[in-house]
Amino acid sequence: MARTRQDYDDIPGTFVFDAERSREGFGINMFCMSLMKDDNRKAFKADEAEYLKKFRLTPEQAEAVLKRDYNRMLELGGNIYFTAKLGATDGHSFQHLAAVMTGASQQDYAAMMLGGGRSVEGNRSRSGKPAKAKSKAASKPKLKSKPGLKAKSKSKSKSKSKSKSSAKRK
Amino acid sequence: MAKIIAGVGSSHVPAIGAALDNGKTEEPYWKRVFSGFEKSKEWMAKTKPDVAIVVYNDHASAFSVEMIPTFALGCAAEFPPADEGWGPRPVPVVKGHPALAAHIAQSVILDEFDLTIVNKMEVDHGLTVPMNLLFGQPKDAWPCPVIPLAVNVVMYPPPTGHRCYMLGKALRRAVDSYPEDLNVVIFGTGGLSHQISGPRAGLINSKWDKSFLDNLSKDPKKLTRIPHLEYMREAGAEGIEMVMWLIMRGALDDKVDEVYRFYTVPASNTAVGHIILENARKGAGTRKAAGKSKRVSAGKSRQAAA
Repeated sequence: MARTRQDYDDIPGTFVFDAERSREGFGINMFCMSLMKDDNRKAFKADEAEYLKKFRLTPEQAEAVLKRDYNRMLELGGNIYFTAKLGATDGHSFQHLAAVMTGASQQDYAAMMLGGGRSVEGNRSRSGKPAKAKSKAASKPKLKSKPGLKAKSKSKSKSKSKSKSSAKRK
Repeated sequence: MAKIIAGVGSSHVPAIGAALDNGKTEEPYWKRVFSGFEKSKEWMAKTKPDVAIVVYNDHASAFSVEMIPTFALGCAAEFPPADEGWGPRPVPVVKGHPALAAHIAQSVILDEFDLTIVNKMEVDHGLTVPMNLLFGQPKDAWPCPVIPLAVNVVMYPPPTGHRCYMLGKALRRAVDSYPEDLNVVIFGTGGLSHQISGPRAGLINSKWDKSFLDNLSKDPKKLTRIPHLEYMREAGAEGIEMVMWLIMRGALDDKVDEVYRFYTVPASNTAVGHIILENARKGAGTRKAAGKSKRVSAGKSRQAAA
């Protein structure tokens, strides 16, 4: 069944975890929740596909998990606070996951955060309808690969004293 | 009678907890964050609340997707720190205040807010990080009992800002009608702008955050009219947790004194915001010593976003 169109679907680069996704993604999220126990983490690591069978994922969901396609997991009903547990099981920091979801290297992502984060300018709306969405920043460089999503210019360098490396996990 | 004397707003970024737990507070990156809470700890040490009500959200620790209560009040005698994947945070067990919590539950539900009652619950960084920021890192016990109020902001839709504000008012009526003399501080936690999911992750909107803090102080009713779509669009998909600050604000007087504010970007993926609001003092007899002169109001520390 096609997903009901929502006003917030207009926000670019965003999968809002609503009741519909909560229902659809129940298996993904309960699988991720199971990874809070060490025994389960070991069992999953020993045979990922076999372990996933317990959670009745759709083939698309199982594929997204096995491929660690975090955006696809969100699209299919995963929630970030749950999928982060899968990232932790793989030994990744949260910022690593965030970088993966934005298509940036972790270093570039951390630098963007130190520079003040991703600007809302140009990132408010897919349709461009909201009045405030008129962006003067159209010429700002994109943070690699993700079409339609603008990263804040990295030329901002006010944050000299801040160490990049200490930004471990969210 | 019990009374709510002040409200604290604070981000609850888990990386702040990790920095504390791993002894990184002196690193320049983290020092920038922690230095903003030094005055707050002094303020808290002088204010010495008898009880804290901490409005926060659970992050897939106590609640999975099996049950998602909109407002869940912790009525237990204690709340152990949750294992969030790296073992429980090395913080003391949070002691509750079951008698006041039971009174609040009864009062607020009869006031038409249908709370979920929780008699067994672990608490995650959403609650313990703001406590560290305001109470420091006590080894054995937190300085006062805590009543956790967990709000669903994980599954859309969270309660509206208006509903949160009105719940704050109901909490106020509940505390006001409790017979024991208790000074209560209420925390609103989460935010400020951040998005940690999807290709738009990393979004920060300092301008919007500042306006939120300004209005929180002076014109909270304006904030109650912000639709969810605006929170998500302007402050990031996860920035919507800022509605929890409105519960804190609703529990205070209409007019408050802003005694402290701090803002910095980033802590990991998030804009860190912090505010302390006090109810204006009107010759209260039962208040403790923390008189006006002792407030940290002298200099509002505002660290501009990078």
